[in-house]
Amino acid sequence: MIRIHDLSKSFTLHNQGAAVIPVMSGASLTVNPGECVGLIGQSGAGKSTLMRMVYGNYLAAGGKLIVGTLDVATAAPRQIIALRRDTLGYVSQFLRVVPRVPTLDVVAEPLLALGTPAEQARRHAATLLARLNIPERLWSLSPTTFSGGEQQRVNIARGFAHPYPALLLDEPTASLDAANREVVLSMIQEAKARGAAILGIFHDESARARVCDRLVDVTGFTPRAAA
Amino acid sequence: MTLMPPLSTTDTPLLQVDGLTKRYGSRIGCLDVSFDLFPGEVLGIVGESGSGKSTLLSCLAGHLTPDLGRVAYDGRDTLTMAETERRRLSRTDWAYVHQNPRDGLRMGVSAGGNVGERLMAVGARHYGGIRDKASDWLGRVEIAADRIDDRPTAFSGGMQQRLQIARNLVTGPRLVFMDEPTGGLDVSVQARLLDLLRGLVRDLGLSVIIVTHDLAVVRLLAHRLMVMKGGRVVEQGLTDQVLDDPQHAYTQLLVSSVLQV
Repeated sequence: MIRIHDLSKSFTLHNQGAAVIPVMSGASLTVNPGECVGLIGQSGAGKSTLMRMVYGNYLAAGGKLIVGTLDVATAAPRQIIALRRDTLGYVSQFLRVVPRVPTLDVVAEPLLALGTPAEQARRHAATLLARLNIPERLWSLSPTTFSGGEQQRVNIARGFAHPYPALLLDEPTASLDAANREVVLSMIQEAKARGAAILGIFHDESARARVCDRLVDVTGFTPRAAA
Repeated sequence: MTLMPPLSTTDTPLLQVDGLTKRYGSRIGCLDVSFDLFPGEVLGIVGESGSGKSTLLSCLAGHLTPDLGRVAYDGRDTLTMAETERRRLSRTDWAYVHQNPRDGLRMGVSAGGNVGERLMAVGARHYGGIRDKASDWLGRVEIAADRIDDRPTAFSGGMQQRLQIARNLVTGPRLVFMDEPTGGLDVSVQARLLDLLRGLVRDLGLSVIIVTHDLAVVRLLAHRLMVMKGGRVVEQGLTDQVLDDPQHAYTQLLVSSVLQV
């Protein structure tokens, strides 16, 4: 479902003397349907960078990055938008929403975007929020005022609203208490069971052991320091 | 990552722009601008004052005549079509939301009249029907029903802007030009307007070209982003990609200059 081959990335800092900083080279990995692959490596090794490239948020410098049938490395913006709507979900560590939009609508939005009738989308959003223990009295409020853990759970509910065939999870269990961590881990297991290909970053080792089928150390994708 | 209005998957562009150039004497307004806009797509144009973004918008909307280039709407060349036909398009298929609502509203006419007038311009004649539709639209932009007979002079800036949007959208346009629609509004009012615009784009499948200098606004509203400097497009792409991984020196400067809150 996700095939990465010889992917490379560098940043050119035009405002700092046009310094070119290579951050990744020769990155290759595959995530099959029903499989969860965990990215490991020290902070700054490029785990999030790789995830962002898969999502089309960072441009690839070279290589192939196939999600489903689309090469994200060379796709047009429209194709990436369609991919994100239908095929590829992303739970990032941060929730970015229009202020004042109720939590229920934030979670329902991926379904509305796919043309699900509003009532049905909201009912499904409510089920997810209830499962993630977001009190019902908060559903009509904007999540911008929520605690970090609550925002994280809203983000997860939103990311799981549509059964995406491919999912990117950036620290989905960080800042969650034990009970909610359990809920999220079962949701990940259920997604795998329905055939989702998942690429994730988990600092929590026991969570990693529970859901990941394989681990890939991104340190191997770090370019050798140039002279 | 961010909330985005959905995008239809039609493969025919609604608007095709090719090599558009406008000069003011020896000064460049905009230079060799080309892009396609698809149905349901929101394109953001950012750049500092004088970068040519407003000139470009005016050329596209037919308010200015470009020196060179081609603009095709739904396959028809809007630069060579007869003036009457272009006027008809701008009444029926297009809408233009000005930064200052005073430029887009008739300040001496009631709120209901501002909206109804547009309907009459496209042939509506039945008073009851016009009033019903006007009050429906005032509701959609969250203006209370009991304000229908008030003049826009009695409205706050945010309300005036919402009224301008209702006046523009009541005739069911397919393409909306917006020039800094949230400029000059309080942040809380801005958020409300953004939410409203996103809902309308999604529910009506509008194509939108929005000119702004506010990167936060385009991040939440635009699918694609064009960055202009000195009349040229220096970078374009997926909005979050351009903002998070800018490639051009000017875009990097622009993004790194935003104050964090």
